Amino acid sequence: MPQQLYFEDVSQGQQVPAVTQHCDSQRLVLWAAGSGDFYQIHYDKDFAQRTGLPDRIVHGALKHALLGRMLSQWIGHKGRVVHLACQYRGMDMVDKDVVCKGVVTGKRSENGKKLVDLEIWSEDPEGRKTTPGTATVQLPTRA
Amino acid sequence: MTQPQASVITDEMRAAIGQESDPVTFEVDKNSCRMFARAVGYSDPVYYDEAAARSAGYRSIPAPPGFLGHPVIVPGQPNPLATAYFRFDTALKRRLNGGTDVEYLEDVYAGDVLTATAKLVDISERQASIGLMLITVTQFTYRNQAGQVVAKVRATGISY
Repeated sequence: MPQQLYFEDVSQGQQVPAVTQHCDSQRLVLWAAGSGDFYQIHYDKDFAQRTGLPDRIVHGALKHALLGRMLSQWIGHKGRVVHLACQYRGMDMVDKDVVCKGVVTGKRSENGKKLVDLEIWSEDPEGRKTTPGTATVQLPTRA
Repeated sequence: MTQPQASVITDEMRAAIGQESDPVTFEVDKNSCRMFARAVGYSDPVYYDEAAARSAGYRSIPAPPGFLGHPVIVPGQPNPLATAYFRFDTALKRRLNGGTDVEYLEDVYAGDVLTATAKLVDISERQASIGLMLITVTQFTYRNQAGQVVAKVRATGISY
């Protein structure tokens, strides 16, 4: 059970607890089944190499979903992810860690909703930001 | 740097910009939410156990961020997604996902049946280190069984 996060607890510049997911071939096959994306560059090494890739690559949408998991775990059950966007700028290869991180860039109220804006990204094990993005979450208040 | 390749964007593609696709049905069921959550590495029981989801205040197992159901695919029948995504054949055969942008307007739970329409909103191309890249942006609008818009997705596709 994640702890509940409240709007009052969040401040600009605050870091979201990082989430590290090792992406081995089993993980990529799980994702193929879970998402319905069966493109072979993600689980068939020969196929991937025939298209010119060095090896199987992590699905972009899996990195998007991992960033979503990082936010869900942070905001608790009464929080909502209202916007989650990222770009797949760099490839992450099979058998490596994908490290998801985020930092609060602002807080605002809109139509009574308490919203927190974030810069989010995933890094490869060398610390390259392969998947930069932005997100907005809605949080409950303590009041 | 290789020789710049000629443009692959055609008038037919440009004419397709803004045209709404036929609706595609996406079912969000309990086990597909569980499978998606497992693939992403969630350990929170609300994504697996309906009783845990209800005690957390949810009406059923929630669809984790990024999950908007699966289309119903029947072998031998046209893939319902075939007309929704960028469907033009070009000399660029390799594909990559360029980005995903999801705006959530309503929560999505197991048991929901979503209907999505898609439209191509932008086509561009540029010379990159991997050669000519064709970049397409497709916008999907997902509605639930009550007719509420639950999510707007902008999907960027790259062909090279």
